[in-house]
Amino acid sequence: MLDNLASANTKAKMSARDVRVFYGPKEAIKGVSIDIDMDNVVAFIGPSGCGKSTFLRTLNRMNDTIPIARVEGDITLDGENIYSSSMDVVQLRARVGMVFQKPNPFPKSIYDNVAYGPRIHGLAPNKAELDQIVENSLVRAGLWNEVKDRLQDSGTALSGGQQQRLCIARAIAVDPEVILMDEPCSALDPIATAKIEELIHELRGRYAIVIVTHNMQQAARVSQKTAFFHLGTMVEYGDTSDIFTNPREERTRDYITGRYG
Amino acid sequence: MNHSLNEHTLKAFDGDLITLRGLIAEIGGRAEKAVEGAMAALANNDHDLARQVVEGDKRIDALEEQIDRMVIQTIALRAPMADDLRELVAALKISGVVERIGDYAKNIAKRVLLIDADQQIDAARLLPAMADATRQLVDDAFTAFAKRDADLAVAVCAQDKTVDDFYNSIFRALIAHMIEYPEHVGAGTHLLFIAKNLERIGDHATNVAEMVYFAVMGQSMNERERGDDALAPGSD
Repeated sequence: MLDNLASANTKAKMSARDVRVFYGPKEAIKGVSIDIDMDNVVAFIGPSGCGKSTFLRTLNRMNDTIPIARVEGDITLDGENIYSSSMDVVQLRARVGMVFQKPNPFPKSIYDNVAYGPRIHGLAPNKAELDQIVENSLVRAGLWNEVKDRLQDSGTALSGGQQQRLCIARAIAVDPEVILMDEPCSALDPIATAKIEELIHELRGRYAIVIVTHNMQQAARVSQKTAFFHLGTMVEYGDTSDIFTNPREERTRDYITGRYG
Repeated sequence: MNHSLNEHTLKAFDGDLITLRGLIAEIGGRAEKAVEGAMAALANNDHDLARQVVEGDKRIDALEEQIDRMVIQTIALRAPMADDLRELVAALKISGVVERIGDYAKNIAKRVLLIDADQQIDAARLLPAMADATRQLVDDAFTAFAKRDADLAVAVCAQDKTVDDFYNSIFRALIAHMIEYPEHVGAGTHLLFIAKNLERIGDHATNVAEMVYFAVMGQSMNERERGDDALAPGSD
């Protein structure tokens, strides 16, 4: 598998090599290697507890917030080790943004939710530029037309689907290179879900996107590459069209055809 | 990869697939019987049997519709993936192919009703053997489906050459005969079409086998395994 990765390495935005994550003595991720590029949305699938979210969270060091978590192996962003002591974690999380399962807007206005990141990172020297960043982010997140006349309303007053798109706008506002999504639609209705999925299509190419999902149809719809995780290992990683029509591994097949345990 | 499959967590899905496999077995069995019946009607000049074959084709057509509906419904309701998806797509295509096999058998039966029984044409003496080989091909193709047997599917495709060889031989013999006995051109032409129908049934049996191979292996049978599709005289 490492041989396959080496050839694709040249255009990888992020690369993980033999990544292991321990929660205390328990090894939750047992040596995962993967390349993530700008052109392909990558979906992580697998049963609960398989490690897909844990692994996702290593990609922007979210596991740092868990005291007993320990990460081994190499993860690079543009070739730079994100776990090196010289890496600024706040800066890293701006470059590798994250969207969570439950929409979590700040209890602030729609405008301030999006403006928050650019303000703390000093991305906008004046009000006019900040306005522009907020507008662009909301447009890209497909929310602008719905909120442009009420930017001062509270973000928490929006519907669930709108809140999630607001969170995506907030992630986009700091001009990230990678967006990690951890089950971004599991709390949304089918129409809001479709809007997020359409958004993922539109964002593809501009950002490297990794999505964790329990919904295999969603993985099939939004991703070009799929990785199947099981018991802390990455069992299979390949083109989504192959994984869902003709998986190489029996464990993958049993999972995606609904024969798992 | 292991080709045997465990049960689905959702048992009703297994129920759907079992029902569908049953319908495929039934339509395949009926098509095989139709070929057998049509050829027996020809051998014995049995017009009652020929009419039964013609009538029985309606049931095959109805089964095809039932299978198509069930496949579409299962895809819509169960969102099948991988092996399940391939099996359903194969079932859909197979039902269409079998319906064609039924049509060819019906066409043979209709010709039995038109052939002048007094005209014994020795040149067609290989037809019963060709019919046996063809029927066996159809039988093997459906056995391969029922058992998810890719090796048998490959064998079916290889065996199709036997049917093609029969056809070439009968074709030449009948043409020579009709040149010598122009008064036999009517019956001879019917027999020629019957041979052609059997040859087409053989081709459709290989289509079924190719679908089985795809469903089991996840890829198309390669050229070598399919065997050369030798161009028979008068074949399209």
